[in-house]
Amino acid sequence: MSQKKRYEAIVIGSSAGGLNALKVLLHGLSEGFNIPLIIVQHISADSENYLIQILNDIRKLQVKEADEKEQPMPGMAYLAPPNYHLLLEPDRTFTLTIDERVNYARPSIDVLFETAAEAYKDKLIGIILTGANNDGSKGLKKIKDFGGLTIVQDPETAEVASMPRAAILTSAVDQIIPLEEIAPFLNSLTDMNPKS
Amino acid sequence: MKKIQEEQLENQDIEIRLLVEGLYQKYGYDFRNYSQAHVKRRILNRFNLSGMKHISDMIHESIYNHKFVDQLLMDLSITVTEMFRDPTFYKALREEVMPVLRTYPSIKIWHAGCASGEEVYSMAIMLKEEGLYGKTQIYATDFNPVIIKQAKDGIYPIGRMKEFTMNYQKSGGKGSFSDYYTANYESAKLLDVLKKNIVFATHNLVTDSVFAEVNLVVCRNVLIYFDRELQDKVIRLFVDSLPSGGILCLGSKENLQFSDHYTKFNPLIPKERIYIKKYQL
Repeated sequence: MSQKKRYEAIVIGSSAGGLNALKVLLHGLSEGFNIPLIIVQHISADSENYLIQILNDIRKLQVKEADEKEQPMPGMAYLAPPNYHLLLEPDRTFTLTIDERVNYARPSIDVLFETAAEAYKDKLIGIILTGANNDGSKGLKKIKDFGGLTIVQDPETAEVASMPRAAILTSAVDQIIPLEEIAPFLNSLTDMNPKS
Repeated sequence: MKKIQEEQLENQDIEIRLLVEGLYQKYGYDFRNYSQAHVKRRILNRFNLSGMKHISDMIHESIYNHKFVDQLLMDLSITVTEMFRDPTFYKALREEVMPVLRTYPSIKIWHAGCASGEEVYSMAIMLKEEGLYGKTQIYATDFNPVIIKQAKDGIYPIGRMKEFTMNYQKSGGKGSFSDYYTANYESAKLLDVLKKNIVFATHNLVTDSVFAEVNLVVCRNVLIYFDRELQDKVIRLFVDSLPSGGILCLGSKENLQFSDHYTKFNPLIPKERIYIKKYQL
């Protein structure tokens, strides 16, 4: 048995500059990457979810909008729909809500991260990428509290540094990694995952 | 450290379950089949504002302090809504559903879980512009009496009118949105003529039953808060309220596909989640 932990989900929060950062991250993942990705990218309420198509074209993972009651599966990446919060239930299925904005955002990164932390406990990886506000900091702290692994994009490599900086200030961060190196790091973790 | 967190989580979840059970036993408001993650967020939100020491202190308050209960019910109500929310939905309603309703001698519409009423008035405006309002009866229901009162008043912050106007225009509105309300410095009051054929009433989708046969049910962004079992129960209520050919409108992320009652409907406009009840022999 490996000493390394088996992670079961990765939650990612990104805001301003997030599209490019997500592209770089997805590009870098190895074929057959087997941990589901769950992503909140701040996006305007009435935008068609063009992001899905762009990220799908990378062809590393199948990218789709998260549906209510859906269960995250390996080989998939899920995006929160515009204008809905994305939550994880204790039974690890998705819930969508139209509740008030959190940190001026809907979807909010904190809402996803805090509920995912409770659902996955120490089997979760949380990643904060580029962005102009401080959404996600509280959630990342909670992931750390439950024994999960927390990663922040090195602000030097971020299009907008304030969101990664705010996350680092919580001192709940295990790894501060340049954007280009996040995917290789994730690959090195999943290489230890037994094939399912 | 991890162990402490997990025990705290377990304790919190027990306290929340007991609080929810108390609300049901004392008042009959049943949140037991709501999304757990959602209910927890709302309750913890109130807890953090309350200054109480333990979540379980809220159990005592909710049994003895009626003001506190009203507040908690407000927290657990779905209050975020807007006029002509999702303009493409209203456009589809206007272009595809209104022509069907036009053929009926009279029209009955049920807005289930209408919250503060913005979408009900959107419907009333559209019916007016299509010349159908006069022969329509709208039932607008929500479980929360405080919010039904707000819906009945039809008074909204003036600051929201800009957003509502834009939605109205995008939805294919035929007039000038400002003709439908009177404004003062802080608020906009919708015209009384829009309320003439609307009955506002409390009705709890979780615990109450069918009350009328209607041609159209509008229930948007309510089912996403329910677990699968409760979703099915509520959809059954809609099946029983609609005649063959009756129309059901759900929210843009809600789907009949996984329901036990899926076979009783055909999609009419799939993208906008508008369904029509099948004709059965």
